[in-house]
Amino acid sequence: MKVLVPVKRVIDAYVSIRVKSDGSGVDTDNVKMSLNPFCEIALEEAIRLKEAGTATEVVLVSVGSADIETVMRSGLAMGADRAIRVDADNDVEPLAIAKILKHVVETEEAGLVITGKQSIDGDNNQTGQMLSALLGWSQATFASEVVLEGDSAKVTREIDGGLETVAIPMPAVITTDLRLNEPRYPTLPNIMKAKKKPLDVIALADTGVDAAKRQTITNVSPPEARSAGVMVGSVAELVDKLKNEAKVI
Amino acid sequence: MSTIVNRRDLDFLMYETHKLEQLLETDRYGDYDRESIEAILDLSQSLAEDIFQPFAGHLDQNEPKYVDGKVEIIPEVKEALNAYKEAGLFASGYDYDMGGMQLPWVVHQVLSSMFVTANTSVSNYIFLTQGATNMLNTCGSEELKAKYMPNMVAGDWYGTMCLSEPQAGSSLADIRTKAEPQDDGSYKITGTKMWISGGDHEMTDNIVHMVLAKIPGGPAGVKGISLFLVPKHRVNDDGTIGEPNNIALAGLNHKMGHKGTTNCLLNFGESGDTIGYLVGGENQGLANMFHMMNEARIAVGMAATVIGLGGYLYSLDYARNRPQGRHLTNKDPESPMVMISEHADVKRMLMTQKAFVEGAQSLMLYSARLLDQQATAKTEEEKTHATLLLELLTPICKSWPSEFCLEANKLAIQVLGGYGYTREYPVERYYRDNRLNHIHEGTHAVHGLDIMGRKVRIADGAALKALAKEIMATIGEASEHSELSGYCKDLGAAMQSVQSTLESVSKAKDPSLALANATIFLDAMGHVVIAWMWLKQAVAATKGQEDGKASDAAFYRGKLSACRFFFRYELPKALSKFDLVASLDDTCFNLEAEDFIGH
Repeated sequence: MKVLVPVKRVIDAYVSIRVKSDGSGVDTDNVKMSLNPFCEIALEEAIRLKEAGTATEVVLVSVGSADIETVMRSGLAMGADRAIRVDADNDVEPLAIAKILKHVVETEEAGLVITGKQSIDGDNNQTGQMLSALLGWSQATFASEVVLEGDSAKVTREIDGGLETVAIPMPAVITTDLRLNEPRYPTLPNIMKAKKKPLDVIALADTGVDAAKRQTITNVSPPEARSAGVMVGSVAELVDKLKNEAKVI
Repeated sequence: MSTIVNRRDLDFLMYETHKLEQLLETDRYGDYDRESIEAILDLSQSLAEDIFQPFAGHLDQNEPKYVDGKVEIIPEVKEALNAYKEAGLFASGYDYDMGGMQLPWVVHQVLSSMFVTANTSVSNYIFLTQGATNMLNTCGSEELKAKYMPNMVAGDWYGTMCLSEPQAGSSLADIRTKAEPQDDGSYKITGTKMWISGGDHEMTDNIVHMVLAKIPGGPAGVKGISLFLVPKHRVNDDGTIGEPNNIALAGLNHKMGHKGTTNCLLNFGESGDTIGYLVGGENQGLANMFHMMNEARIAVGMAATVIGLGGYLYSLDYARNRPQGRHLTNKDPESPMVMISEHADVKRMLMTQKAFVEGAQSLMLYSARLLDQQATAKTEEEKTHATLLLELLTPICKSWPSEFCLEANKLAIQVLGGYGYTREYPVERYYRDNRLNHIHEGTHAVHGLDIMGRKVRIADGAALKALAKEIMATIGEASEHSELSGYCKDLGAAMQSVQSTLESVSKAKDPSLALANATIFLDAMGHVVIAWMWLKQAVAATKGQEDGKASDAAFYRGKLSACRFFFRYELPKALSKFDLVASLDDTCFNLEAEDFIGH
């Protein structure tokens, strides 16, 4: 079974985000970019399936310009067998991404898609669900445990009240939550081997998908900065401030 | 922000200042490009920050214990070293034919240094193993290499250097460890070795000691020293571990810093035969040991630099987040306090750290790159030039960061004030860890004698001429930018002072007096070299400003300010030191021991 792992390049989780002064978006100039952490978890799960003999090949796929190849190589260094980049702008919307991925799933004849539940930049949480609907496949989102059993998969999901275990028929789209696994570090030899692994590029036109934007970002602004605290003289003063200034009690 | 590394600065030094790309075009390093190097440094930074850094303080406060002749050490050390091994990093610096990854030495240094900042004590086990392995590779027989090296390259067995003895530290001529030839070509080793870092522990299946000893009947002094490979456990012909080799752990030294690295007193051949194997020729021990000296000394300088860096980054982060006091002109006690990074003297302390640490780091990368140039030189002339520069710069590489990045650590503590003096913060540990670098791998004084008594004179002053040529080339480049012209003049004048000081000193009738202030000369000469490094960085920063991005503006401004700082606040200090040395001042030289306290 071939496993397809769609991944996204995002601003590294440890970078403090700067918003552009004109409010048009987030400043990515000179900013460290990494694999989306949820996608890393998806890739780790796929590699483990291959190591267990369940999967035969792990194929990484991403949509974007040549800039994203560095991050895709880091996925190859972790252990993906090969990668496909669909050449497009770096800000394609989730529905178009899902349509593009549908094309890749079909041409690759993949039997399972594992991807992150959301990317930490857009926080959309849409692509996996849309892809499953477009493919007519079953879906299991927010996975914290995945067990493949022949033609079905048992997936434990993280939900508000705790954990829910669902059994779904394969083929399926599974999206990963934080606690599914702990992604491995690449190794120095594998970083060098990854340079020689295939990374094919497909033109957007060849997927037949119209990736035109349907949404417009009107403004991006940073959260309001926390102002300095004040020392209060007494409990009474504190209660007064909470009641009349903060209006929380 | 990372408190162990400034990746923007590393990129600036590697690519904008020291032109690493040129090295990547050579056959030797052709497999590497900027992207793969970035991925390797990403991996190293992640491992260093996620696995090494979190327990550095815990290890410092729980040093290894001596229990029934064995070492007890917290388990995190072995786990971290295993993670390093699993990532394939042990082999990063070795050539392909040794089973290594043949990374450019400069990149190997940079990646290794992240682990030094993150957890110095643990990184020592790696550094010592790599040193022993390189020495075995350079000098050992094929048979010995085949038997020991693969396990050392993989990081399965560790290595040490056993030079000092209780009665012989800097004076290796006086070592007493004996190696008696046996009929089978091996040697029986007897004696005691002191200060052996990583000398014993239970973290690996075997420890391979590189031991200096004397073969009875050989020449006296250093000429009678030979080098031996002495394993903790003997190794069977099929490569499996055999019986113990009777090296007794006599005790652990309790040190000021590097507390997680075992530091041992070892007795060889006390409770049974300790067998050793000759590495290189008889009586060639010191020469063989010195094969790896440039690499080892640059690595020590790099360690001193990045421990300074750890303090700098930590205190900078602290200063930007610690509100305390108000601007001097603000008399309103109700107004909010400012961050201490707003105070003039805190700025001065942060800038001093920056100028020392980033200046030293530039020199470390430059020198590591010279080692790469030696290995990739296309002509004999190019190779000789790199070798001469290395000979002259190595004592400075080892000593200048040991002195001035320790000073940076002092200032890091000062920025944190009372908090910096407590164990709750890492800056006091950095200071204690860095204090060693002044002492080991040749004391500060030994390097003063080395540079002034030997290095400036080798090949009729050719090394000094090679350095002057390089400095003039930088001055030439810098003079194209009018705003740097003042620095060009100052650096040229400082280089003149080096020459004239050496000329004055050469007139001394007593050679001992001529070298009496060699340590002062070493520090002053180091300042000239670091000023040169700052001018190099200023040229790169000026170019960067011309075609740089807006997001880099502050970075380049900081670089130019640091250059200005070093030339205004520091370089003049070197000139007064040169004057003192040139005057052949004998104030200290003529003292008698009883003069100090009157009897």
